[in-house]
Amino acid sequence: MLQWRQRALGWLHRRPEARAWALLAPGAFWLVAFFTVPILIMLAYSLMPRGIYGGVDRGFTLEHYARFFDPLYLQVLERTFVWSVACTVICLVLGYPVAYVIVRSGRWRNLLLFLVVLPFWTSFLVRTFAMIFLMRDSGLINNWLLKLHLVSEPLTILYTPFAVMSGLVYGFLPFMILPIYASLEKLDTSLLEAAEVLGARPRARFRRVTLPLSMPGVVAGCLLVFIPALGSFLTSDLLGWAKELMIGNLVQNQFSSARNWPFGSAASFIVMALVLGAVMLYLRVRDKGLVEAR
Amino acid sequence: MTAAPKGPPVVEFVGVSKSFGEVKAVDNVSFQIYRGEFFSLLGPSGCGKTTTLRLLAGFEEPDEGGQVRLLGETVNGKRPYERKVSMVFQNYALFPHLTVARNVAFGLEQRKTPKSEIADRVRRALDMVRLNPDRFSQRMPSQLSGGQRQRVALARALVLEPAILLLDEPLGAIDLKLRKEMQLELKALNQQLGTTFIYVTHDQEEALTMSDRIAVMDNARVAQLGSPAEIYENPRTAFVAKFIGESNFFDGTVQGRAEGTWDVAGSSGGRFRVPDHPQLQPGKPVRVAVRPEWMDVCRPEAIPPGENAMAGTIRDTIYLGETMHVIVTVPSVGDVTVALRNEGQLIKPLGWKRGDTAAVAWLPEDCQILEEE
Repeated sequence: MLQWRQRALGWLHRRPEARAWALLAPGAFWLVAFFTVPILIMLAYSLMPRGIYGGVDRGFTLEHYARFFDPLYLQVLERTFVWSVACTVICLVLGYPVAYVIVRSGRWRNLLLFLVVLPFWTSFLVRTFAMIFLMRDSGLINNWLLKLHLVSEPLTILYTPFAVMSGLVYGFLPFMILPIYASLEKLDTSLLEAAEVLGARPRARFRRVTLPLSMPGVVAGCLLVFIPALGSFLTSDLLGWAKELMIGNLVQNQFSSARNWPFGSAASFIVMALVLGAVMLYLRVRDKGLVEAR
Repeated sequence: MTAAPKGPPVVEFVGVSKSFGEVKAVDNVSFQIYRGEFFSLLGPSGCGKTTTLRLLAGFEEPDEGGQVRLLGETVNGKRPYERKVSMVFQNYALFPHLTVARNVAFGLEQRKTPKSEIADRVRRALDMVRLNPDRFSQRMPSQLSGGQRQRVALARALVLEPAILLLDEPLGAIDLKLRKEMQLELKALNQQLGTTFIYVTHDQEEALTMSDRIAVMDNARVAQLGSPAEIYENPRTAFVAKFIGESNFFDGTVQGRAEGTWDVAGSSGGRFRVPDHPQLQPGKPVRVAVRPEWMDVCRPEAIPPGENAMAGTIRDTIYLGETMHVIVTVPSVGDVTVALRNEGQLIKPLGWKRGDTAAVAWLPEDCQILEEE
């Protein structure tokens, strides 16, 4: 046994390519089995006729894709896009200053980072329910507002666009803060000093040195917020006012109550294609911007 | 080299201290730097030389009571962008997202220089540091060698035509041969531009090569300030004598005065004479330093009259090309190093061998009387 093991290790040692494959294999297996295969199954479903009792029948059809271009669904798609972009922008505006302050907070730095990550210790579902308790008519916010006599009757907060956007921003903000923090933290302070001694006042220094050098973090953060926001369904389901507010809800309903798996699959693929297109467009614009900055 | 300072000082430190918590990085330092000088702050790491430079640039603020003056104006509390200095950083600090040309143009752009003028001045600055603008302007810093980055950093600072240029160990990461070349170039730029250079280094040879004046720093204070020759030939403290060049040290107690020199009884036996010095009084302890090249090795029976001498055994001889070091172990004093100039006779049989009995001899005038630290 030992001899066999030594032989195998020796063989791997002599062949760097085999070694690379050996290291890749477990992860690759996982991805193929639980990501690639399900996606292929979904692709197949999206191209097959709907079965009478749910499921699919044999055959080939594009009707599910065609059906998606109904104004009803396009409206949901548009709303999802607008909301996701808005959520990303709000997260960026709120998150960048937070990351900036944390990097400069000296001995408080680790504590503040810990606080940013802390919400992940509880399930997102539970935290979203907690927001209902905050925002409902008899919730904490309205209680305080009434007690302070700022309002005479409870404000309607829950089941409004404000509630949904609050939930989205709350859920995704850490994904914006952390990558920006990472890129700001790497920033060499002597570059800031160099800018200053070359005559750059704080604002110019930020615009010309800090911001461009933290762009990788900003891009990563935007992608990490935009993509999951586009696919989110939990927040709009619990805090929203309608059944199919976002594309994620639509897909979820098709797979659950509507029992229309082929249409759900087709909708998923359309969203995936759009995300891919949007991300590639974004990266291209950014790279072009960087080239021009030279 | 020691041209008398002209005009008012461009930089003045008046009783400047800087503490970081409990640690004093700079302790009551005062000095003046004059227009066009090449002024070095020299010392081992942690001696406060970099903090001194940062106080000057405005990255650090002095403790209460100290004053930093630039071009006759007190600049305490002024931010770096409000001070008229340029700086070359130890790690170059080039902006990685900007081309060479944009790096050099950065300061000009901040100062709202007209666009048409910028391109021209960037080219001239790159020419000045001997980087071909056509070849290098559009490169990114990551595409340059260490020496080239150094030149870009220098061009970026010089393009602003500053009155004062601060350099923080700029040649530290460059290989020896290029470093020697850059030393001469920096010195030439200093003379050609008339800019005051303030140079931080831990390399004594570098400081001696380039400087008009050197402030040797030790333990947050200026141990000695003077021209390279003054510092080398008249080190005031044992630290300076050891840090700049090599020295042999002799301790003793002052006895009496005779023929313009003082008689000293060595603390470990023997006697030697030292030149007159206001600090000397009979009965007081004294410590002297003697440079190895000011000493000679001779046979114990052939000591030249009037010279100090101590007999011992040759422990080792080290051939260094230009010089040969003879290390003589003198009983109860220790090792004394003597540097003999190579005048073409070292390999002759006369040469000293390990184990020979020999005496070290030196003139009383060559004893440097050291102050207590």
